[in-house]
This record gives sequence, C-alpha cells and structure tokens, in this order.
Amino acid sequence: MIAESMYQELILEHYKHPQGRGLREPFDAEVHHVNPTCGDEVTLRVKLGDGGKVLDVSYDGQGCSISQAAASVLHELATGSTIEESLSVVDEFTRLMQGRGQVEADEDVLGDAVAFAGVAKFPARVKCALLSWMAYKDAVLRSQA
Amino acid sequence: MSVPSFDVERVRKDFPILSRELPGGRPLVYLDSGNSSQKPAQVIDTMREHLAQHYGNVGRALHALGSESTEAYEAARDKIAAFVGASSRDEIVFTKNASEAINLVAYAFGNPINTDERFRVGPGDEIVITEMEHHSNIVPWQLLAQRTGATLRWFSVTDEGRLSLDNLDELVNERTKIVSIVHQSNVLGTVNSISPILARVREVGALMMIDASQSVPHQRVDVADLDVDFVAFTGHKMLGPSGIGVLWGRRELLEAMPPFLGGGEMIEAVWMDHSTYAPVPHKFEAGTPPIVEAVGLGAAVDYLTSIGMDAIKQHERELTGYTLDALGEIPGLRIVGPRTVIARGGTVSFTLEGIHPHDVGQILDDVFGIAVRVGHHCARPLHLRFGIPATTRASFYLYNTTAEVDALVRGLHHVQKVFG
Repeated sequence: MIAESMYQELILEHYKHPQGRGLREPFDAEVHHVNPTCGDEVTLRVKLGDGGKVLDVSYDGQGCSISQAAASVLHELATGSTIEESLSVVDEFTRLMQGRGQVEADEDVLGDAVAFAGVAKFPARVKCALLSWMAYKDAVLRSQA
Repeated sequence: MSVPSFDVERVRKDFPILSRELPGGRPLVYLDSGNSSQKPAQVIDTMREHLAQHYGNVGRALHALGSESTEAYEAARDKIAAFVGASSRDEIVFTKNASEAINLVAYAFGNPINTDERFRVGPGDEIVITEMEHHSNIVPWQLLAQRTGATLRWFSVTDEGRLSLDNLDELVNERTKIVSIVHQSNVLGTVNSISPILARVREVGALMMIDASQSVPHQRVDVADLDVDFVAFTGHKMLGPSGIGVLWGRRELLEAMPPFLGGGEMIEAVWMDHSTYAPVPHKFEAGTPPIVEAVGLGAAVDYLTSIGMDAIKQHERELTGYTLDALGEIPGLRIVGPRTVIARGGTVSFTLEGIHPHDVGQILDDVFGIAVRVGHHCARPLHLRFGIPATTRASFYLYNTTAEVDALVRGLHHVQKVFG
C-alpha cells in the first residue's frame, strides 16, 4: 500500500483546508498552467516587493489532492520569503519529484513540502505535484522580465 | 433472455493475466477493458505459433514461409469480414488502429486528387459529428475542416447522456458531406441508434461513418444491417493485440478514394514520375503490415465467435445492471451516462463528490488492485459539456464478475473514508 503512504496526513490536511487559495490583487504577473493528461489547471499570481521579497502568491484551480495540496504548501513556503530562497526550494522540490523515489529529500530546505516525497514513486502523479510550482517559477520569471 | 452456456469462470481460465497477483499480493481486478482488453491464451498461442513456425513477409515472398504467412494474414481478413458481415473480404482494410481508419477516410475528402463528387469538400460544406466523440473521431474532422474551409457541426448530448436528435433535419442538410458518429460512447456507455440519422443522411445524399471501437467487441455488429458507408474499429479492445485496426468501407467508395499512405505493396506499377495502385484493400495497406497482429486479431474473432456475441452482450448487460444499482447506493456518486441498461453498454463513468478521479484511481489500484481509468478518456468536449474535468470509469468485458463489482464498491467506500 504505497499510495496510502503517498497520501500523507499533511497532504490531506492541505487538500481539505487549502492555504491562501483565491486570486488576489495587486499582482505583478499571472500565469495559467495545465496538465493535459489529467486536465488539472492552476492560475497563479505573484506580487513581489522591495529587496526581492515575495509579498503574495495567490492561486486558484482544480485538480487532484496532490496538485491542490502542492499549491497550498507552495503558498505557505514562498509567501514572505525572498525570490532567491523560494526558487531554491522550487529547485530542491523539482529534484525530489523527478528522483523516482531514489533521492533523499533535504528537509531543511523543503519544510512541509517533504511530505510529497512519496509522490516521486508515481511517475504519473509527479506532474500533479509540480504543476503549481512550475507555474510559480514561470510567474516569477515573468514579473522580473 | 437467459444464455445458460455462458460460464464466466470458465472464460476467465482462458485469460492467463487474470490469475496473476499484483505486488503486495493484491489480486487483479481489471475494469479497464474499454481502454484495452486482455488477451486469451488462444490469441497469445496463435501469435506465438505464427512467429515460431510461419513468419515471413506477406504478399511478395515466393517461398514457403512467405506463402504460409500471406495465407494466415489473408485468412484473418476473411474471418473479420465474416465477423462483421461484410459482403466482400476486399472491403476489410487493415490499419494500425481505429484512429488511422478514421484519418484514412477523412483524408479522402476535400482532396484535390479525388474528383468524385461525393468526396468534394470546400467552404460552405458541412461535416457533422457529435459531442460524445472520442478525440479520434473529432480531430481528423477538425483537420479536414481547416484544410478545406468546411464547417464542423455536431449533435449535442442530453443530461442523461443520449444524443439529442431534436435538430436532426437542420443539422444534417443539403450542405452536409459526411456524418461520423460513435456507435457506443467510450465514456457514457450509450449505444446510439444509427437508423434515424442514417435515414436523414441518405435523404440529403451525404455519407456516413461509424466509430465502432466500443461496440464491435461487445455486441454483434453487422455492417450490412447498419447500412452505413464506413465503419472503424480496433483490434486491441476486442481481445486482439495492439497495432491492428480495421476500416470497413463500401467497395465502390473505397475504390473511388485516393490512397492514404504511399509505399510498398500498395502499388500496381511504379514509374519515376507516377504510379498506378493495387486494387482495394491493398491500395490502403502501404508497407509491411502488422502481420502477426492481424493473425492474432483473426484468432480473437474466432474466440469471440466460439463464446457467442449474444452471450457476451447478455453477460455484460447483467453486469452493468448490477453495477448501476450498486453505484446508485453510494452517497455523493453521480453516474455520467444513462442510468438504465437500455441501449447502453458495459462502460460506467462517474464522479465522487469532492474527490478527484486521480485520487480515486490511485487508491483503488494501490489498495485493492482495481484497474479503472481516470481522466477525460480522450473525450474532453464531452466532459466540458457536463462541466467536469474528469471521471472515473469502470468498463467491463466477458471476463468480469459481480464479485469484481463488489470489490469496486468496497474500494469506493474506502476512498471516501480517506478523503472524507
């Protein structure tokens, strides 16, 4: 029962009680990403401040528990941190997700996002976990452009 | 109607894969035959035997193996022709799959090298499909419309999952060149009544195609009875291997159509600047065909015939009725498609309130070994019509049992516990 372990309590909590959900003003960039294989969608906005601060990450979308919980965790981790810090978390999260379950997660960097480690064993679900994180990276790049 | 000779336990013994265990000692509950069916030993053995004893290229090798292989390949064509009631074996074209069969037909329309009036398509002409099509019966027609400036139109679907024929006379009109509709929906399970649409198609002088990928495996389909112009289906959903599909077409239409792919074996004579083509069906079978796959499909047809298509239909009908009743009792479960077994096949799609199908499918598979399909099942417009991104789909075949439906119901209750 590997999947039961994929659905960590923390993931289910975020799924049932998503943090920071809903699109907010003001924002510097808005992106819309989809996962064509399952139809999951996310619209995501970022608002950046002085000194490379991430003031807000707001989002809306539809999808499975993994994709929705990942967006919620992203909101918590990125909001209030700096662009640089948050992008390094994105990189570490991406490395973990694409590691086919063979990669040791760096809990110091990932915080709550470490709960998604089990998802990496399910190639079909990795895209679900990465959807909003890739959208965030895209939005940050666009707002800096 | 009772069919006493059908014994599902005996049928299951013919399918080696059904007795395997999944990792963790889970038994396999395979409810994904609408996606692809499993294969009986008779098909596996026939293909192995052909590879081990008879394999050679077809149609061109003069040696013993070449002639044995050709004989087996062409014998498969005979079997399939008889299975679907084709009046001539030459009306059976082997393709890679149903998608290729539909593309082959779509390619014949609005094609400058085809001067036959029936296939002439341009601005102002219309192509008609339905909202319940698989992408394979949507995209080829979109491409045709884009290529020619013709207009693509479609029948809508009712809340119950039936085709709405209210505007039949307006939708199919003098401008219509081709109507292509699915026989049995791969999502709703709905079996469409062809004759009322066909009557209108004939009235206006258009042509009609049926995507029978989900019906030929599950019920007796007779192309002479259907009386349409083209029928497409695929081998892997009817106990045969992947890589082989079938286009049936009226001979005189096939003869009027241009080749789809050019290459070896589809020619009569080739000069540097032009070619003449082989008679149908070989005109449409360029290159070395899927030989062993065709032979395997022939064996699948033999197997289905030995069980009896009416017995299979009856078995699936009982299973579907049982499933509709059982799922109807799960709170928060919404069936997308007809809720009765009338004019309906053994494909049941549904949503569970508040739970994404991917989560449903993952738990069913991982905890219970239940294989269902989750997503839009290559029918995104249909899901958009129902305002949902995805469904969970259980699809049955002759080897499924009510015990497997019970397992599904237990699994769904567990899913609701995890995400509730």
